[in-house]
Amino acid sequence: MKPGNLLIGAPMERVEDPRFLRGAARFVADVNLEGQAHAVIARSSIAHGHIRAIETGDALAIPGVRAVITAHDLGPEVPVIPLRLQPLAALEPFRQPMLAHGKVRFVGEPLAVIVADSPQIAEDALERIGVEIEPLPAIVDRARAEAGETVLFEDHGSNVAIRWTAMRGDAERAFANADYVRRETFRIQRHAALFMEPRGLVAQWDATARKLTLWGAAKVVFANRRILAASMGLTEQQIEMIEVDVGGGFGSRGEFYPEDFLIPFAARLLNRPVKWIEDRREHLMTANHARETECEVEIAATTDGRILGLRGRSWTDNGAYIRTNGSVAPRNVAQFMSGPYDIENIALSTIQLTTNKTPAGTYRGPGRFEGDFVRERLIDLMAKDLGVDRVEIRRRNLVRETQMPYPLATITPYESATELDGGDYRELLDRCLEDFGWAEKVKLDGQLVDGRYHGIAIGCFIEGGGAGPSENARMALETDGSISVYVGSASVGQGIETIMAQIAGDALGAPFDRIRVRHGSTGHVADGGGSYHSRSTVMGGSAIVLAAEKLKDKLRHVAAGALGCEAGEVSLDSDAARGPSDKSVALSELSKTPMTAEATFHCTKMTYAYGSLAAHVAVDAKTGQVEVIDVVSIKDVGRIINPATLHGQAVGAIVQGLGGALLEHLVYDDEGQLLTGTLADYMMPGADCFPNIRATVVELKPSPHNPLGAKGGGEGEIIPVGGVIANAVAAALADFGVEPLELPLSPPRIWALIGGS
Amino acid sequence: MRIKFEVNGTKVELDVEPRVSLADCLRDTLRLTGTHLGCEHGVCGACTVIVDGAAVRACLMLAVQAHGEHIVTVEGLSNDDALSPLQASFRKHHALQCGFCTPGMITTAHALLTEEPDADAERVREVLSGNICRCTGYIPIIKAVLEARAHYAGEDAPP
Amino acid sequence: MKFPAFEYARPTSLDAALGLLKVHGADAVLLAGGQSLMPLLAFRLAAPGLLVDLKDVPGLGAIGIDAEGVRLGAFVRWCEIDRNARLAAAHPLLVEAIGHVAHYQIRNRGTVGGSLAYADPAAEMPGIAVTCDGEIIVMGGAGERRVAAADFFLGALTTCLEPGEIITGLRLPAWPKDRRWAFLEFARRRGDFALAGTALYYDLDSEGRAVDAHIGVIGAADRPMRLAEAERAINGSAVDADSIAAAAEAASLEVDPMEDFHAPVAYRRALVQTLVARALTRAAG
Ligand SMILES: Cc1cc2nc3c(=O)[nH]c(=O)nc-3n(C[C@H](O)[C@H](O)[C@H](O)COP(=O)(O)OP(=O)(O)OC[C@H]3O[C@@H](n4cnc5c(N)ncnc54)[C@H](O)[C@@H]3O)c2cc1C
Ligand code: FES
Ligand code: FES
Repeated sequence: MKPGNLLIGAPMERVEDPRFLRGAARFVADVNLEGQAHAVIARSSIAHGHIRAIETGDALAIPGVRAVITAHDLGPEVPVIPLRLQPLAALEPFRQPMLAHGKVRFVGEPLAVIVADSPQIAEDALERIGVEIEPLPAIVDRARAEAGETVLFEDHGSNVAIRWTAMRGDAERAFANADYVRRETFRIQRHAALFMEPRGLVAQWDATARKLTLWGAAKVVFANRRILAASMGLTEQQIEMIEVDVGGGFGSRGEFYPEDFLIPFAARLLNRPVKWIEDRREHLMTANHARETECEVEIAATTDGRILGLRGRSWTDNGAYIRTNGSVAPRNVAQFMSGPYDIENIALSTIQLTTNKTPAGTYRGPGRFEGDFVRERLIDLMAKDLGVDRVEIRRRNLVRETQMPYPLATITPYESATELDGGDYRELLDRCLEDFGWAEKVKLDGQLVDGRYHGIAIGCFIEGGGAGPSENARMALETDGSISVYVGSASVGQGIETIMAQIAGDALGAPFDRIRVRHGSTGHVADGGGSYHSRSTVMGGSAIVLAAEKLKDKLRHVAAGALGCEAGEVSLDSDAARGPSDKSVALSELSKTPMTAEATFHCTKMTYAYGSLAAHVAVDAKTGQVEVIDVVSIKDVGRIINPATLHGQAVGAIVQGLGGALLEHLVYDDEGQLLTGTLADYMMPGADCFPNIRATVVELKPSPHNPLGAKGGGEGEIIPVGGVIANAVAAALADFGVEPLELPLSPPRIWALIGGS
Repeated sequence: MRIKFEVNGTKVELDVEPRVSLADCLRDTLRLTGTHLGCEHGVCGACTVIVDGAAVRACLMLAVQAHGEHIVTVEGLSNDDALSPLQASFRKHHALQCGFCTPGMITTAHALLTEEPDADAERVREVLSGNICRCTGYIPIIKAVLEARAHYAGEDAPP
Repeated sequence: MKFPAFEYARPTSLDAALGLLKVHGADAVLLAGGQSLMPLLAFRLAAPGLLVDLKDVPGLGAIGIDAEGVRLGAFVRWCEIDRNARLAAAHPLLVEAIGHVAHYQIRNRGTVGGSLAYADPAAEMPGIAVTCDGEIIVMGGAGERRVAAADFFLGALTTCLEPGEIITGLRLPAWPKDRRWAFLEFARRRGDFALAGTALYYDLDSEGRAVDAHIGVIGAADRPMRLAEAERAINGSAVDADSIAAAAEAASLEVDPMEDFHAPVAYRRALVQTLVARALTRAAG
């Protein structure tokens, strides 16, 4: 059954908003337990070296310091962070230990945990930890990593962790026979998700019940519970993970980090609640970094601009260890570089390098932002070379609706094949042109107006979503007639309570205000997939639809008893169940017997939202400053649950993308020191940076893969931004022959490209 | 050190170590956890509170410096019955997602509109440039603040 | 990121403050707006034993405007410079430049004296002090001394302040009404410290030629500086495309930018050239 359409599609105000607006939300830093102690982490200030000694005596001597835990205290074997995604045996040597022992491999790597009566005292103790490290040369770039004179993992013997390959068709032949081939080398800089609420945990060990409770869980709570249970020698049932309000995720928060083990470990060791709140400096040097990639890629085409093939190599700078989802971006760069275009022949590989920098993980649109930058740049370069219009060349190459489902390149070694699920890609290209006012604005292209050069560009993208394999939901009709909905999806600030209530309300035919959504925590459902890869709405929402069906079945059965008819004869509305003879029984009556239903939605096929994004920039050729005058996007998500929250996702994603294209950069020096360790140096977009963003989301072609018809929609618009902005800058500076191949497009870089020296 | 100040209209008197920031004092001692800490080095604005009418960073101020002052936090701009016009405007425009930056946005915007109820879009952007939001892209926040201006201009302006 | 332990005092007279500095020596650090000091403490880059809060010291918060010029007390906050209606006429360059300092909340706290003492090479206040022949008034155990701003800043985050001294104010000479001036800076985002900036002014003689040109830059060396060669290129000539180009080029050669990851030296030189040219154009226009 397709859910009704009263709540779904309406721009409902969010149920979570009042508590945030009043300062009454409960983030993990707001959780306080009686008798809690505070932890801080002592971290390596050296990028690469052998640990000779960690002196803890002076720190322990400070009154109020309760413990200093080093790797020795973790038992004979220091647990490592497992690989949650792409768990290949070949990647196991690169897993991060919960505390460094033997060697340190990046600045910020945890060496010890200090627990004290207050965070102030704990930080005082931090200054008294004596660490002796014999430094080794730091590997901070591709050249040194590949040269391999120094390696991070001696047993492995090379800084190349693995090579991913994406194949389709016969690229060798396509390139051999092509009329047109162009090869370029592109670079995307290291940057990161940087959600505003720092990470944090509060752990409580109940020695009598032998139970661990952990506040601050996020994203993939059930998976993290499995990891934690295994590393602490507990069963999953002994651990309860509680998700409180979460201040943003974007792929990075909620992955398993060393602290996710260390803090519960400390709580059990001390038999006292332990609280840890990350500070921003730690965040910048320890939470997953992302995006640093170099791509040497060739495009082959016919003279009229039909793309025949893509081939080449990419190198991703993975940092020191491969964490839970460290391989997602490297594999995505290769598998999704073709994006929404029909490219028959593909041979792309990614070499995942280890370096002495913070480990990398996913950040909204992982590998896709990078790949789209490369592809969209190549397409514009090709259009220029061939003298074909930029728009026309895209239209010619977009996958057609008749080609759906359209298989993408297959990736190995963790083999996966996927296909585009449908959509009218050209239609959205046309609508984007129209919304943007392309025909009018194109006249400005390359023109000098009031001292600045104007340029426009447009690009097309796909967004993978709805990662399987399954998600769970449970629904309970409460005795007061309200309906509780429990779902395995997690909140990362996307408004999940509202969206899920809209879905549940329509599925049950119940009013919005009677539904209460609970999510994330392990107590709610038997298992849960969590929130990543734009999956919450698709997977969690679909599970709710299924659970609602079951709950309605149960209600009909119970009502049938009361009404003396067959269950099949009962019809339900928001207040009552009615039998064939118009006899009815109030739901409030039926809800006196508690009733629950649980369902799992399975799906291993991805959804692919898609769209286009156009931008207008003006460049000050003297300073190299790029001003973003206008950005317009359009995306099809198949089914819109809440247009207002979805619009928010789109605008937020675009501004993050602009940050990555123009501002944000995690800079290291040759010694492997992070130079951008404050928010003053790591530049995120501010309120004044990008005032004009117009995003549209439509429901044109429902996904065939789920009962809602929805496609994941949380990441999309970030994906094309780097490529489109770079193309717009190239268009603006056409007179100078500027072709940016590297992000971010910072003023000094643009100035140098123009010919400053 | 023994200090006294007024927070959200209530007089408080307490002992604090001089090194405790006003933000930590509000959050940990007074359990006013609406004031958030996003950076603790003065850049993100999540900790913004109003001290004697002026929006300030509570992470860069010591609790002892607040001795004798009147402090308003996000909790002081709220009541349980209904959202304030500014809060309602934020909700209406979907000017929050994760909500972590929100208290700082509310306190900053409130201080601004109290002083300058006619602030234009550029001024609002300028003032809010000291508050980082990673989720919304700011567009709805600016809209929300602009729309709330009317409530600060008239007779029913909040105190 | 929690502050290290320290004691706190809030003296109510300048003498008492000076006394505390004397007793505690280098262990005592003055606290004004705290907008530079507190981040430093949060990162534990300083470990003072005592913070001496200047808030209750009388007389430091005044803004004086008279025939001699403008006097800013050390405790004058940025927001007070915005609000003072008379300052905009008495010293428009000052007001314009200070408009670029930091963000709203920081402007409600940061002070003139704190900024001068902190001596960030890209800060606006020291730049104005140097450009405008400012005089910094300093009180110490031995009484008051006045230091020309040009001599006050010794390097990045370094001044000629002696231990035990307190800045009480800044004097800027009177501003003739017809003076030509401009302030321009280039920052990546609003409120950020500028990659470089320029404050400049000149007067016109009866022939329409520039005299007494003052061209100062921030973010272009380890301290704010005036550019003698650039000034020479303007003084005595009409401020036109030629003299502007000459001055701007001289400026770019004269500065001594520091290399950092935000921008290479060559970029900062070029930026100074651009900013000086644009500022002169604006001043002339
Ligand atoms: C995010 C951010 C952005 C900023 N952007 C800018 C910017 O763009 N431009 C800019 O100029 N500034 C900027 N600042 C700095 C801000 O303007 C500071 O307020 C100012 O530099 C220092 O003033 P304060 O009163 O806060 O000094 P404090 O932090 O209190 O003190 C700074 C130093 O001066 C000493 N000191 C203070 N008063 C005196 C005195 N009277 N005599 C002797 N020594 C004294 C202190 O001991 C301390 O060493 C920024 C700050 C932040 C946090
Ligand atoms: S926490 Fe105070 S400004 Fe970020
Ligand atoms: S709503 Fe998440 S940081 Fe602003």
